[in-house]
Amino acid sequence: MRNINFGYGISRPRAIDIDNNDLRKSNAIIAEMPELQACIGCGSCTASCTAGNLTEFNFRRLHTAVRRGEYKGAYEDINKCMLCGKCRLVCPRGINTRALIMLIKRKLGDF
Amino acid sequence: MAKRVVIVGGGPAGMQTALELKARGIEPIIVERDVELGGKVRDWHKLFPSFTPASDVLDPIIRGVKSAKIRCFLGQEVRAIAPDGVTLRSEERIHADAVVVATGFTLFDAHRKQEYGYGLYSNVITSVDLERMMNNGRVTLADGSEPRRIAILHCVGSRDEKVCQRHCSKVCCITGVKQAIELKQMFPTADVFNFYMDIRMFGAGYEELYREAQQRYNVHFVRGRISEAAQTINDRIQIKAEDTLTGRPLRMTVDMLVLLVGMNGNRDNESLAASASLNIAPNGFFEPKDSFRGAVCSQREGIFFAGAATAPKSLADTLAEASMTASTVAEYLNHKYNTR
Repeated sequence: MRNINFGYGISRPRAIDIDNNDLRKSNAIIAEMPELQACIGCGSCTASCTAGNLTEFNFRRLHTAVRRGEYKGAYEDINKCMLCGKCRLVCPRGINTRALIMLIKRKLGDF
Repeated sequence: MAKRVVIVGGGPAGMQTALELKARGIEPIIVERDVELGGKVRDWHKLFPSFTPASDVLDPIIRGVKSAKIRCFLGQEVRAIAPDGVTLRSEERIHADAVVVATGFTLFDAHRKQEYGYGLYSNVITSVDLERMMNNGRVTLADGSEPRRIAILHCVGSRDEKVCQRHCSKVCCITGVKQAIELKQMFPTADVFNFYMDIRMFGAGYEELYREAQQRYNVHFVRGRISEAAQTINDRIQIKAEDTLTGRPLRMTVDMLVLLVGMNGNRDNESLAASASLNIAPNGFFEPKDSFRGAVCSQREGIFFAGAATAPKSLADTLAEASMTASTVAEYLNHKYNTR
């Protein structure tokens, strides 16, 4: 059945569903680095990002989604980061973004 | 003979102006619509950003007014104002040498944003309801249980053309941060989500408090206005918003929804202004003569403003402005009657 193409499909809802998302990993990430919650969404990290300049990688959006329990694709995405650390230099809230990337990688390694 | 000034409004602005006029040898008279002095701050539990109990600020002012034996007309409404006095609804006239309008603001009626279900769903409350609950010593859901997940919505009745309130009410952002922290202190294991459009931390210590809420109290801030709330079968509230920072719709169920209601101009500002040819700004508040050196002066000589009658203001701003009003009125009377 799965292989039959009916010419239409069912779209999954795009909404972030906080009730049903598994927030354990995101809670663990925030517990280990509470400073992540201090993000004000300015986008400096993304603006200065070497990887983001060349690919779709958007660290601000990625870590916001991870905090909401949206992990799908995050691990693959974060591997685009070259760990240059420029984002850490520009973060106005002083978040150690480089360490955060390593932390998210570690926590989401099995996703 | 002491010069007399009628102050319309017995909230913090009116009382502080009265106290400082009295100290200058001028006779203030307060006309207050309510049967008690104090205004809306009476309902407040603690004040941002220092968590000072509101009564610590308000009580000494009320005591001061009483011990200075300042004449107060309580439960009396002013119908018309003029530079030489006011007319009450009872048609009684109080003559004066100057008038101070310290009529404050009106809280936005959350019923008007029907999509949030205030008055329909039992666990949708306003920021003021929350302060009252805290004053009564217990914050609970309607069934008496503790909330485990709470959403706080900013800008209810502010920055919203749909309810004819285009202006920013200024103090709700910091109130939302303060209340989020208080809720986390009461219920440490609860999750608190603040839904905001912009976070406007304009005062000293506010930004620091915002950061503390984020980092120390793990309050979640989601940039996006809640579009609607609906009660679930088990009396929880389902909310929808866009998480604009990820660019995706977001939905979740919470136990309690707190609406941060804004400050509106009073409904009778129009008629009071018309009675004395004063201007009303597009935001519904009285328009001062200019916003720099004449911020407490009206377009009419002899009529002055104090506090939130001219714009949404914090209590600190209001008290500071009341001092300015008192000195401006005193200078005006000195100049007018050439007495020292």
